[in-house]
Amino acid sequence: MLKYTEDHEWLRAEGDEIVVGITRHASEQLGDVVFVELPEEGREVEAGDEIVVIESVKAASDISAPVAGVIVAVNADLADNPGAVNEDPLTAWFFRIKPTEAGAIDGFMDEAAYNDLIG
Amino acid sequence: MAEELRRTGLYDLHVTHGARMVPFAGWEMPVQYATGVMAEHLHTRAHAGLFDVGHMGQVLVTPRDGRLETAALALERLIPADVLGLPQGRQRYGLFTNPDGGILDDLMFANRGDHYLLVVNAACADQDIAHLKTLDEVVVTPVTDRGLLALQGPDAVQVLARIVPEAAAMRFMDSRILDWQGTELWISRSGYTGEDGFEISVPDVQLVAFAKALLAEDTVAPIGLGARDSLRLEAGMPLYGHDMDAGVTPAAAGLGWAIQKLRRHGGDRAGGFPGAEIVLEEMDRGAAQTRRGLRPEGRAPIREGVPIFADAEGGTPIGEVSSGGFGPSVGGPVAMARIPTDIPDGTTLYAELRGKRLPVTVTPLPFITPSYKR
Repeated sequence: MLKYTEDHEWLRAEGDEIVVGITRHASEQLGDVVFVELPEEGREVEAGDEIVVIESVKAASDISAPVAGVIVAVNADLADNPGAVNEDPLTAWFFRIKPTEAGAIDGFMDEAAYNDLIG
Repeated sequence: MAEELRRTGLYDLHVTHGARMVPFAGWEMPVQYATGVMAEHLHTRAHAGLFDVGHMGQVLVTPRDGRLETAALALERLIPADVLGLPQGRQRYGLFTNPDGGILDDLMFANRGDHYLLVVNAACADQDIAHLKTLDEVVVTPVTDRGLLALQGPDAVQVLARIVPEAAAMRFMDSRILDWQGTELWISRSGYTGEDGFEISVPDVQLVAFAKALLAEDTVAPIGLGARDSLRLEAGMPLYGHDMDAGVTPAAAGLGWAIQKLRRHGGDRAGGFPGAEIVLEEMDRGAAQTRRGLRPEGRAPIREGVPIFADAEGGTPIGEVSSGGFGPSVGGPVAMARIPTDIPDGTTLYAELRGKRLPVTVTPLPFITPSYKR
């Protein structure tokens, strides 16, 4: 089951890691994505660190680490095919993070709460 | 409290087509439609795009004495171009300069027999009209009851000719008044995309019907300001307020070509416009900086304000990106910047983006091959 941040990221727990992408709402707001810059694997991040740059035809935006932890993998395919973020935002993941604290995902919004947020 | 945004007569039509409306130069304009900027851009290059440019200012300049020459020479006091030599039915690109040699606005002007039709930028329109009204010999009449459309792309001519057959015979920068179902259209074969196409002034009362008649063709899609910007950027066309402004001279903006020889030193009507000495002396000796194309090597777009360095490390910026973004037809990022004139094409420079120096190649403008109907 997906969780959501107020920054329009979706979070999916897989074992003790969290996979992170952006929601369809966010991808629609951004417009056509033309460039994605991903963090280095192994990087330790704090919650709120801006670790991904997304450039759309309109502007640059950042994606923040939703929780503190270590980046264990990034989706390098996005470098060659940034348009995947628009085509299928729910499969176009950006990074996997291993949270410092277990249960870090629990406090985020569920789908109903997120849908309320975006109205 | 913010000033109320103005709407063109096509507002409802934009919304019907899924437009995202944004504030632009005091107007509420479509930045994109449902398909998005990339698809709109590519559609325009492949087929035909319809743009609402009704925010732009249309102005008639009429000689008080009835002699067009009077209006031409008056306009030449504000515009460093050969206005007098422009034949009837033709349009030309020009600039308004200030006493420092900077650019107040860029514009199109057309000779319509007994008066000139000017089209100026929305954000500058009020200032331009006031500026024109300093000319005693002419009557300056802002056109307030007409919209303006641009139909651009390889299919533009066949689409327009289906409902206005005489348009097909026009050549690049022709300006004509043609009839559509009893409505007077003011048409020029010109645009801001690098494609063949037309700019069409339509009375407000017929604007929606005319736009719908064009959009009824399968090959025509409505195109927003987002794609208009990427199309003109690929075509190497400057945007006022970004690639030039009151602090940038024509030569530095790469627009010396808009000043015909006749208005330069040694010409029959040399000078006689605001800032003439500064502008012409700079053209004689060559501007220290000029607007050039830059192609970043990676995929990351470099946008307005990004500093440009000569070296991969250290040093001070030699210029700054004035327009930049992703070029859908180029298939990568493209940008323009004013950099020292003596740097040859092909030189590798460095754009500093998020603390990193990324290599960019100085590239001749435009980035695409224009397809005007000369």
